[in-house]
Order: sequence, then C-alpha cells, then structure tokens
Amino acid sequence: MIPLSAYVAVSAILFTTGLLGVLIRRNFIIVLMSVEIMLNAATINLVAFSHYLESMQGQIVALFIIAIAAGEAAIGLAIIIVVFRGKISTNVDEMNLLKW
Amino acid sequence: MAFVFFAYFAVVSIVAGILTVALKNPVQCGLALLALLLHVSGLFVMLNAEFLWAVQVIVYAGAILVLYLFVLMLLNLKTDDRYFHARTPYLLAPAVIGLIYLLFLLVRSPFSGSRGDASTAAILLNGDAHAVGIKMFSDYLLQFEIIGVFLTGAIVGAIVLAKAPRSIETRRDA
Repeated sequence: MIPLSAYVAVSAILFTTGLLGVLIRRNFIIVLMSVEIMLNAATINLVAFSHYLESMQGQIVALFIIAIAAGEAAIGLAIIIVVFRGKISTNVDEMNLLKW
Repeated sequence: MAFVFFAYFAVVSIVAGILTVALKNPVQCGLALLALLLHVSGLFVMLNAEFLWAVQVIVYAGAILVLYLFVLMLLNLKTDDRYFHARTPYLLAPAVIGLIYLLFLLVRSPFSGSRGDASTAAILLNGDAHAVGIKMFSDYLLQFEIIGVFLTGAIVGAIVLAKAPRSIETRRDA
C-alpha cells in the first residue's frame, strides 16, 4: 500500500517545477506549459485525497480543473497569436504593451 | 508490484516536468509535457480513477497538447540564446530550499479526515465512470452547467481574439 504522503510529495515536486518554469522561462508558450504542470500537480492531489478518504468529490473537482485548463490554453494561445501578429517578441520580459 | 508502478510513474513524471521547464527547443518541451501528462494519467489509474485517466489522455494529451504544438508550428519561433530569465540563479536556490522544507512538513503530516461513502469496493461495483456520473449529475449539476457556459465563452473569446483584423482597404469598400 503506497502512503498518501508519497502522492502528495510527487504533487509538491511537480508544482514547484511548474512554478519555477513560470518564473524563469522567457518564452510565453513554455510559461503556459508550466501552468499546465501546476494544474496537473493539483489534480494529482485531489485524486489522491479522493481515493484515500473514499469520497467522490475530488474526482469531480479534478474534472472541472481539466475543463478550466482547456479554456485557459485556448485563451492563452489566442493572446500569443495576437501578440505575435503585432511583430512583438513572445518573450515575456519584452512584452509591455499594457504598461502605462 | 504496485510500488514498482508507482515509482515508475512518479519518477518519469517528475523528470519529464523538469525537462519541460529546462529544455531549449519549444517542440521538445511540448513532447516532454506529453510524457508528463501520460505518466500522470498512469498515477490516476493507480488511484482507481479510470474515468479521469481516459479524460486525461483524450482531453489533455489529445486536445490541449495538440493545440500547443499547432501554435508552436504556426508561429515558428526562433529560440533565443538566452532562454532563461536573467534572474534565474536568484530564484533556483529559494525554490529548492522551500521545496525541501515543504516535503519535510508533508511527510510529518498525519493526513486524516472524515471518510465518504465511495470506498474502493463501492466504486468497483459499477465502475468509476458510473460513480463519477451519478455524483456529477446529482450533487454537481449546477457546477457542470456553469463550466459548460464558461467553456463556450472561453472558446468564443479565443476565436474573437485570434481572428485576423480586416485590412483598411476592405473596410473602406464596405
């Protein structure tokens, strides 16, 4: 029997990896991929607790997370296409269109 | 046996996650993300969530990742030599120290709570998809409808954002 803390540890490591990816990468698309890693880490947590506490709620919320991730990917990639059409670099530290 | 499978899925998903963040070529990052998603879905199977496994493979690996790769190929970005942020070294050490402290706290935590009615035997009686469906369309029907409206709005918004603006000449004709 695998302890619950093993799943939580895997989830914590993945979440930290995703958070670091958001902070250190310059390419906007990789930043969005790192957000997906963080969402996956949250999903692992929910499903693990759902299994060990014998409740269905975690799996339902995990399904909602996947739906939100799909919407987030669509909007984020549309924003990248708009920014790229303006011949602006897609590096996040050079994007300052909205800066006053 | 279960421990071997868990170790495989956990180690490969962590390594794939690190590769997604660390690799230079964005397409290779996307393929590492694919490996991560598939092995996380393996973890779902080990947790008796077969329906989530199917959804993860179909929606994440099948739809979202294809969208990412499609945009990557469409834009044809040239990779910068400096693909990490300038302040990366100052972020790495706090992240690693914070992660070690977090793991220390997690291993010591007891993790207990009130148990629900969906034990493994009860789920295996009719299958996971049946259990998820019954729960989703009885207790979570309103949230399900809200997420449907949210997804429709998000997709329409994405199309409106990404639609090519009409050029000035055609606008003058109209």
